[in-house]
Amino acid sequence: MKKKIKKREFIIEKSLILFAGISIITTLAIIVTLFGETFQFFKEIPIMDFLTGKTWAPTLVPKSFGVLPLLVGTLMIALFSSIISLPLGLGSAIYLSEYAKKRTRKIIKPILELLAGIPSIVYGFFALTFITPLIRQILPQTQIFNVASASIAVGIMTLPMVASLIEDAMMAVPNSVRNGAYALGSTKMEVALKIIIPSTSSSIASAFVLAISRAIGETMIVAIAAGQSPVLTFNPLESIQTMTGFMVNMSLGEISQGTLEYKTVFAVGTMLFFMTLIMNLVAKGILYRNRERY
Amino acid sequence: MKIIYNNVDFYYGNNHALKSVNLNIEENKITALIGPSGCGKSTFIRTLNRMYEHIPKTKITGEILLDNENILTDAYDLAELRKKVGMVFQKPNPFPKSIYDNVIYGPKKHGLKNKDALDSLVEKSLRKSALWNEVKDKLNKSALELSGGQQQRLCIARCLAVEPEVLLMDEPTSALDPQSTLKIEELFQTLKESYSLVIVTHSMQQAARVSDQTAFFLNGEIIETGTTDDIFTNPKDQRTNDYITGRFS
Repeated sequence: MKKKIKKREFIIEKSLILFAGISIITTLAIIVTLFGETFQFFKEIPIMDFLTGKTWAPTLVPKSFGVLPLLVGTLMIALFSSIISLPLGLGSAIYLSEYAKKRTRKIIKPILELLAGIPSIVYGFFALTFITPLIRQILPQTQIFNVASASIAVGIMTLPMVASLIEDAMMAVPNSVRNGAYALGSTKMEVALKIIIPSTSSSIASAFVLAISRAIGETMIVAIAAGQSPVLTFNPLESIQTMTGFMVNMSLGEISQGTLEYKTVFAVGTMLFFMTLIMNLVAKGILYRNRERY
Repeated sequence: MKIIYNNVDFYYGNNHALKSVNLNIEENKITALIGPSGCGKSTFIRTLNRMYEHIPKTKITGEILLDNENILTDAYDLAELRKKVGMVFQKPNPFPKSIYDNVIYGPKKHGLKNKDALDSLVEKSLRKSALWNEVKDKLNKSALELSGGQQQRLCIARCLAVEPEVLLMDEPTSALDPQSTLKIEELFQTLKESYSLVIVTHSMQQAARVSDQTAFFLNGEIIETGTTDDIFTNPKDQRTNDYITGRFS
């Protein structure tokens, strides 16, 4: 009887290890494929040409593989979407944790989380059919596909994540700390600005970095609303192409395995992988080093 | 009299937590509030700096005179009141900041900006709370690294830094070990030279050891007040006698 239980425990444990292992194996497999093709790509295209070139035309003649237009496009989306998501996210978090009554919070928080559950393609069409016309009414010179509209949509999409991460950290500050500040004559705003924000600063910073990382990796919205023209521009009203946008575009067309165009997708993918990996590590690092304890 | 309570009634929603309370609190004395859990003593000290305003659905009637001025009127500035009436809580609640920043939080809030003045205020306040010698070399370290007893003395220093006149203490040693408790009780004796102290305590011995005046609360009413000696050696009310002899807690 005892032996039977032992055996069952053994099987359960090993199969659980297998389940956990699947995600690690998948990640490793992705990295191997990614790096393999990328390595092939850089055999044909010098890495410096790729990183510093200002023209991106992998399918035209003459071909050109300067990734800067894609990189700048991606970073613009990250920057402008952060301008939306960071202050709004921080503001919502402060409101929810410091000002909102329990009942209000109970209503608003699920709505905010609902926002996070909307598929990004919906945001993409929302940007194209609602935000873009709005911007074009104010600034008529705006192109149909443009950075600004996509950025706003990406910003709204990442807002719930920012708000929720920061709010969780703020709610973790014990009420006794707030009362200590109130007892010294502080107002609600002083408590929020001078006690709550400073004591959750590492969570705030980490939420910001994660939001930027999400924006860099965001695909559907930018593919739909930001355009497919890899031009090196800093004007948010113009059409661009992001790294992810390029990858989607290429995979929609007919490219055959083993061609240079095919490998290009992987080279861009690898770069994207490193960018988001670094951002996520930075976010983790900030949290780990300054974890708030009470 | 420093503080006079005139017929104060207090409600949490429908819960009548203080019932026509009348009490006089003397200057430069230690007043101990004793009574079983839920008797209203913590509520009582939360009326003195209007901390109840942060709890929804509370109502207060009557008047509380601080230096002959009613603090319950809207005209009485809340920040000003809390500058005069400092509060130390049951659980040490230092801000997650450096020791130095904890002490200067109040003074800075009330407008002191001069760096030298702040520096000397930090030293003065920490000396008064008997913490200076232990922390003078690590003022920039986080307050959360201190022990519980040190944190509580830091919270006292944080209160003293705004130069209050009254200090409210809500079971200030109940979360501390006996040694820290002793240190803080000794501290009370020096503090009362410059401040009026109101201390809520669960410990009969503590009330007897440290206080000059004692008020006994039961079910939201003050049953008996008087000098600590009288209350503990010669209580007039049977219920007071039952409580201090431990017949109910």
